[in-house]
Amino acid sequence: MSNSKLKQAFDSGKFVVTAEAGPLKGTEVDEMAEIAGVLKGKVDAVNVTDQQSSVMRLGSMVICHLLKDWGLEPIFQLTCRDRNRIALQSDLLSAWVLGVENCVALTGDLPSSGDHPQAKPVYDLDSVQLLQVIRNLNEGHDMAGNELKGKPDFFAGAVVNPGADTEAAYELQLMKLEKKIAAGARFFQTQAIFNPDTFARFMKRVEQYKIPVLAGVIPLKSAGMARFMNKNVAGINVPEPMISRMTKAEDKTKAGIELCAELIKSLKGMCQGVHIMAIGWEKKVPDILDVAGLT
Amino acid sequence: MIIAERKLFEQIWESIKDRKSVLILGCGTCVSVCQSGGEKEVGLLASELRMKSKLEGKEIKIEEATIERQCDKEFFDSIKDKAKEYDAILSMACGAGVQFSAEVLEPVVVIPALNTRFIGVTMDEGIWAERCRACGNCVLRDYGGICPITICAKSLVNGPCGGSKNGKCEASQEKDCAWVLIYNRLKKQNRLDELRRWAPLKDYTTQTHPGRYVNEAYRKPELEAKNVK
Repeated sequence: MSNSKLKQAFDSGKFVVTAEAGPLKGTEVDEMAEIAGVLKGKVDAVNVTDQQSSVMRLGSMVICHLLKDWGLEPIFQLTCRDRNRIALQSDLLSAWVLGVENCVALTGDLPSSGDHPQAKPVYDLDSVQLLQVIRNLNEGHDMAGNELKGKPDFFAGAVVNPGADTEAAYELQLMKLEKKIAAGARFFQTQAIFNPDTFARFMKRVEQYKIPVLAGVIPLKSAGMARFMNKNVAGINVPEPMISRMTKAEDKTKAGIELCAELIKSLKGMCQGVHIMAIGWEKKVPDILDVAGLT
Repeated sequence: MIIAERKLFEQIWESIKDRKSVLILGCGTCVSVCQSGGEKEVGLLASELRMKSKLEGKEIKIEEATIERQCDKEFFDSIKDKAKEYDAILSMACGAGVQFSAEVLEPVVVIPALNTRFIGVTMDEGIWAERCRACGNCVLRDYGGICPITICAKSLVNGPCGGSKNGKCEASQEKDCAWVLIYNRLKKQNRLDELRRWAPLKDYTTQTHPGRYVNEAYRKPELEAKNVK
């Protein structure tokens, strides 16, 4: 049976904090151990990415397992990009046996965006179907209806992009969110938010589902980073005043941490938690939480 | 139709440069329409290869022929005997035509001159775009006549990923997001509610290769023919 501490955190009604961490390329795990040491006791769970941006790295499953050993609550991210339905189901069972109790189902970036652009994109299942599969496994059978000998009890989540920029893309995000909930998603984490108004508009549409939402946030490291994301990343729109504060700041690190903390404060009343995607700044997450008053 | 594009000239030259005589065989159907392997393109490639072989000091006999279709046996009648006189056939058909030529003309060596790209339509003069992935289980009814399997870079059937930006695909700002197209089409048709329906799982058994199809009317004679000892 599930002992998911993440589920317990949501159930307790506290403001949940998760942090994202990406495995490195290679077998080196010391850096991850250091990050784990810094995050331990500061966040409710650590969300481990699955070959993020389609760049080949050490797998999410093994890092989740190590995090568990190190006393943290892991969330196993799993995309539909690299595995067909046989491998996805098998990896889910394997992760459970390794002690992983939370997972997040994603579509996954295209291989063309990563460091092996010639790779075959799989997408045998989509994220809605993957959530259904997780539910099937939880209920004790595989996709083919075969009974499992020993079953998992995953606490499964999904993602949504509240910053979709056209009416079509926005409405479709909401339709897909509805399908994901029906398919078994128990919580959501969002694409990075920079504008509380955008998030408020989104939450107004989502409140009716009574499902926990973790607002995604990314601490800015520079004005250039903000401009790059505005130009290249779907759903991200860093407002101009934020960019100019970064430009003017003498201590960019301090400004980035402050901006992120302020953002978390303004999002706090609207949702059930925050998901910090620090992208290299994982060890600064406790500082962000301090300034945000979440410690 | 099948859309194909010519291989790089250097690749084609590499594949025939050690032959004594080559028949460039065009195909008069799809690749003729998409201007990659019809009579005109056969003539062009023949001139280029003749010039190249002269420049390289090689004596390669290069001749031309184009048949109506390289995917139908009957059209090979006119060149079957002639083909045996050549060291190699350089086929300007799609992959199906190249394979069928090699099958029908065996043991003559058949070499491809094109890369087969996709099943598509003519967008404008000289521009073709993919419209079908031949998945064997057409879902166009459910998506306003826009195929998410083909047009969505990830072949997503339950809605878009988070990568749609300005109505374009995360793969390329030159490509439309299939889901934005589907949404806009269904909206015009007052059918947006249909998007709430769950798409069934993909069934790859319809994509078991090599594909084979027997028209129902011909199934019995085919079985009988198989049973004749």
